[in-house]
Amino acid sequence: MAQDNKRRDILTVEGLKAYYQMSYFGVDREVRAVDDITMTVRRNEIYGIAGESSSGKTSFIKVLAAALRPPFRVVAGSVKYDFSSGPVDVADATDAQIEAIRWRHLSYIMQGSMSVLNPVRRIGRTFEDFAARPLGLRGKAFEERVVSHLEKLKLPADVLRAYPHELSGGMRQRVTIGLATVCRPEFIIADEPTTALDVVVQKEVLSLIRDVQQEMGSSVVFVTHDMSVHANMADRVGIIYAGRLVEEGPTRQMFFAPKHPYTAHLVASLPRIGDTTQRPALEGRPPSLAAPPSGCRFHPRCPLAIDKCKTDVPPLQTVAPDHRTACWRWQDVQPLVSPHAAHGVMA
Amino acid sequence: MTTLLNVDNVSKTFAMGGLLSRKTTAAVQNASFSLAAETPEIFTIIGESGSGKTTLARMILGLETPTTGSITFRGKPVGGATKVERMAFMAAVQPVFQNPFEAFNPLKQIDRYLESTARTFLGLKDRTAVERAMDEALQTVGLSLAEVKGRYPHEMSGGQLQRAAIARALIPNPPLLIADEPVSMVDASLRMSIVNLLKALRDDFGVSVIYITHDLATAYYISNRLIIMQRGRIVEMGDARTVLENPEHPYSRLLKASVLSTEDAGDGKLATNPDMVALATRLATAPGGQLVSRPDGRLVRVYEPV
Repeated sequence: MAQDNKRRDILTVEGLKAYYQMSYFGVDREVRAVDDITMTVRRNEIYGIAGESSSGKTSFIKVLAAALRPPFRVVAGSVKYDFSSGPVDVADATDAQIEAIRWRHLSYIMQGSMSVLNPVRRIGRTFEDFAARPLGLRGKAFEERVVSHLEKLKLPADVLRAYPHELSGGMRQRVTIGLATVCRPEFIIADEPTTALDVVVQKEVLSLIRDVQQEMGSSVVFVTHDMSVHANMADRVGIIYAGRLVEEGPTRQMFFAPKHPYTAHLVASLPRIGDTTQRPALEGRPPSLAAPPSGCRFHPRCPLAIDKCKTDVPPLQTVAPDHRTACWRWQDVQPLVSPHAAHGVMA
Repeated sequence: MTTLLNVDNVSKTFAMGGLLSRKTTAAVQNASFSLAAETPEIFTIIGESGSGKTTLARMILGLETPTTGSITFRGKPVGGATKVERMAFMAAVQPVFQNPFEAFNPLKQIDRYLESTARTFLGLKDRTAVERAMDEALQTVGLSLAEVKGRYPHEMSGGQLQRAAIARALIPNPPLLIADEPVSMVDASLRMSIVNLLKALRDDFGVSVIYITHDLATAYYISNRLIIMQRGRIVEMGDARTVLENPEHPYSRLLKASVLSTEDAGDGKLATNPDMVALATRLATAPGGQLVSRPDGRLVRVYEPV
């Protein structure tokens, strides 16, 4: 069984703590952006990560992508990948080890397509910069490989001769997806790849990412604060709040049977066409990661909070198959939307 | 019934390129609608980027002049002819911009924006009167002067900052607020607090709002009437519920079909019917057509059969 699990999981994160540690004029400051996260990502699945801005989700994926720069450091824990080329723990890998897996095995789709692509270099040159070395191809062979890959993304070969500003937002985002997937990586991290896009284009780009993922059999960690994207993309969803994983489970259950009040709120606050009942908004602001609240970090905003929540940190416990939550009162969390009601409204 | 804002057959074209290779782009073509003064409403403009919705908003704010057609606010042309008229117009029509982090100078405390608005548009001199006006506006949006005073933009969350931006716009008690994508840069969890606020402004304070967005779900949730724009042309216009529950124009139908729904969460349905996309794209460049009214009160653009 243990052997099975090992083969099933491509990424195992255990007790990961990563802090921004700064020291100015003898005053130490510590921002606990990632505080004790334990999770796994399986082969061939899309794992959605949701959270507000300043919840630490971007810091978390920086660790996953092995893109740490001081003052951001891994303080404890491990981030183990099980690639076909061999296992790597990026929490304490050497630069050479990371160089060997980057793009070939571990790849990253970034948020702003305009700031990823060099504005004064043609797309084809950018492809060379990114991918020629990891692929080990040059000249004609390299170009053929890129063109055949672009075909899969329904991009004409002409885009290689275009400058980024000549392409529309959707095309540019498809180019960045092309850059991230041209080496056929086993693990792709996508950071809000569709947040800046219009609805029609967003849907196209999302289905493209999923098609590419299914065709290559890669795993994708998909980060966005938009729960409606997770509803349609992810196999499993994890919710990050103030640097901690507060709930994780299969997408359907997260939407219709959430076991954490924060998740229940996130799902309930989504407006729908066909329903004008007053939607609740979560009051308060995300906590500061430099001085997080004691006990459960959600307690100042939580409608279910009791005295215990103020002092004791709830553990992430398994409440159903595949479904974990960190809440003392998870049995009292009511789903605020039911699948039946939602269908009734749309019918 | 008096009209608050009347947009009459407005077009805007931009010229691109040099003298010899000049190309013109029609950003807005023959847009007409009006808002009544007596009944405050949320009027939504829906469209993708490049549909001309922001250009339309900028023309209403008097930041661009229409190429043809006219926009009047309370019977006078927007923008104002003299400096005095311009100040009166600016006090009555206030903008809220898309990204609160870009709207505020990061090196300037937020209360200084509120203060200068209060001094300029309300003509207040006395410090206590200025602070009272600031506090009242901030209370309206669920903040208080004590929370905001002396704070810089980076010390507040995106949702708070956007609410502070709305509070600033409310200081001169404007009858009309132009909100250009006020929630697209705000986290989904905070989005509803802004949208509920716009709703409360209409219901409790009688402020009309022109709400510009590409998000159909929030548009359905708060708006009374809406227009859907495609490449500068209004393709469908009418009551928000009627139009969004059963859109008629192919482009409106495509937009609705592209909204990610959550009721089948986990099923992974993402495909868009390619015929729908093709039809909507073809109509974007189809010649002319005209708005025809339907029995249920909506206007839909119909085209000459090709």
